[in-house]
Amino acid sequence: MKKTYGIEVDCANCANKMEEAAKNTAGVKDCTVNFMTLKMKVEFEDGADHEAVMQDVLKNCKKVEDDCEIFL
Amino acid sequence: MNKKQKKSLIKIIIAAVLVIALAVIEVLSEKYGVIPELPKWLAFVLYMIPYLVVGYDILWRAIKNIRNGQVFDENFLMAVATIGAIALGEYREGVAVMLFYQIGEFFQSYAVGKSRKNITALMDIRPDYANLETAPGESEKVDPDEVEIGSVIVIKPGEKIPLDGKVIEGESALDTAALTGESLPRTVRAGDDVLSGCINMTGLLRALTTAEFEESTASKILDMVENASSKKSRSENFISKFAKYYTPIVCYSALALAVIPPVVNLITGNAPGWGNWIYRALTFLVISCPCALVISIPLSFFAGIGGASKAGVLIKGSNYLEALSKVKAVAFDKTGTLTKGSFSVTEIAPSEGVSEEELLKAAAYVESYSTHPIAISLRDAYVGKFNTEIDKAALSDVKEVSGHGVTAVLNGSKIAAGNEKMMRDVCLSYSRCDKPGTVVYVSKDGSFMGYILISDTPKEGAKEAVEGLKKAGIERVIMLTGDSPKAAEDIANRVGVTEFHAGLLPGDKVSRVEDILKQTSLAFVGDGINDAPVLTRSDVGIAMGALGSDAAIEAADIVLMDDDPRKVRKAIRISKKCMRIVYENIVFAIGIKVLCLILGALGIANMWVAIFADVGVMVIAVLNAIRTMWVKNL
Repeated sequence: MKKTYGIEVDCANCANKMEEAAKNTAGVKDCTVNFMTLKMKVEFEDGADHEAVMQDVLKNCKKVEDDCEIFL
Repeated sequence: MNKKQKKSLIKIIIAAVLVIALAVIEVLSEKYGVIPELPKWLAFVLYMIPYLVVGYDILWRAIKNIRNGQVFDENFLMAVATIGAIALGEYREGVAVMLFYQIGEFFQSYAVGKSRKNITALMDIRPDYANLETAPGESEKVDPDEVEIGSVIVIKPGEKIPLDGKVIEGESALDTAALTGESLPRTVRAGDDVLSGCINMTGLLRALTTAEFEESTASKILDMVENASSKKSRSENFISKFAKYYTPIVCYSALALAVIPPVVNLITGNAPGWGNWIYRALTFLVISCPCALVISIPLSFFAGIGGASKAGVLIKGSNYLEALSKVKAVAFDKTGTLTKGSFSVTEIAPSEGVSEEELLKAAAYVESYSTHPIAISLRDAYVGKFNTEIDKAALSDVKEVSGHGVTAVLNGSKIAAGNEKMMRDVCLSYSRCDKPGTVVYVSKDGSFMGYILISDTPKEGAKEAVEGLKKAGIERVIMLTGDSPKAAEDIANRVGVTEFHAGLLPGDKVSRVEDILKQTSLAFVGDGINDAPVLTRSDVGIAMGALGSDAAIEAADIVLMDDDPRKVRKAIRISKKCMRIVYENIVFAIGIKVLCLILGALGIANMWVAIFADVGVMVIAVLNAIRTMWVKNL
């Protein structure tokens, strides 16, 4: 399953870091962060509870880039 | 400007004023002795004020990130570089680095926000509301999302068409520029389809919706363009990889630079020169931020895709933009791509003593009851060419002779129009025509009047498109068609294509394309109706005139919104311009940074040069990237 979320982040490198962090979150199969459109597209593993997974994604993103937001 | 940007702008201004004031005081005291020199501690305290004003959030973030195990980020680098400079007694430079870094960040955020807005405005086809008809003559403004298929909507002049539909009442001119890049308005009346995203210019329209909002053209296009930059190009992937290694490498080199030479000096018995080497190491840290690259490359692609969509060329991903720029061969499907895909009169050959008008009139009248495309093209040619009407009253005894043609009596003379078989039956002699296309022979009272050639004609601009492609650096322009070799050759000559393959079945097209793919990189241009397998197979699949055709939008990598073959050239030129700017930025940014690193290590470049290498390069790269958006004159 794929879902798209709006994000807020200031620099392009930080967006790349968020992408990396999201990819490494359990339950996420793949993720692309588009800095220009400020969107995060997440593909979840089959059967993953996407709301819980997104909480983890947000936590992991905050870890690598404190100044970011994902609009869940 | 948003709130965050305003706040940082205020901080930058306050800090800049303070730094300038302090610099003036210092110069006055050092050079002219007007005022006594500031004691060291006072200078330190005074410089700390602008430093903290402009840099406290960087310091704070650096601390937080270290706690999270993220060491090599630009906050940390800037914090170390500036604190280091201040510790060495270079107050002014330490503050300046922080100040310029923040100016750079501010500029970047402003420029990106601005171009984000500009590009989204270019693609501003999202309708805000729909006028849903609730009762005859009454309508209500609703969210386009809520309108169901089969509802009646009212579109007033000046409004965007919110959903795809069919006009049931009214006549108007539509501005389709946002979808197709075509500036000529399109006239619609009852029975015509209208696409969401067009602007109704002149008249009130009532339309029956044929798609829900999600499935409407405007939504689909927006979705496609917005998702486009998720498919990252190789250059983008290269840059994110590069950034990942670049920063740590520069940081470790900085550490090495700070420690190794002084230690070597100590061992060899020279003065260690700690301050000098640490200063050089700090300039390294200032240069180590990969911002310029990381921001300018995706920005170039985004601007390129945005500019292209304004010109009616939808590109589904940065990777396709990159692939298109490398294409060496372009293959066209003939019918509907290079040719109009419809029949029209291309030659009128009357025999001696007969005028063109007489011949065409006879044929058009005799065929006036038929709905066959050939008959329609004869009538269109006659009515269009001589600006008259067909008066069916002059016609009697219309008979269709199956497999031969039509006979009728026109103003008392017996006219026959048809193929050679018909001529053999009704005339003593006639002259044959061997040209490709459909030939209509006409006779009057048993004597041959001449023939009319009807064939598919090249599109306006097809020849120009082929020439343009060659000029744009395409080595091979190939035409593929299922048509007969004779017809293919004729069209190929007329549009200037030298390589063509005719008589291909749909399966043959795929294998032919595979053969070409083995030799070179290929873009295939089709009208999307039965080309899906070839579109997917080639390096870049371009679907043409695909507005409203789902299969083509699915299968193609690039979609031309109207059916102008010249857009293929435009798409290629946009891709080349975009890639040129991308490479310019990569070479420029990496080049300047490496140069400054070397000069910094040698002690030639000081911290001011390092600031340029960081902030200046980024500003230039971002401005360069924005250039990609302007595609009008390509």
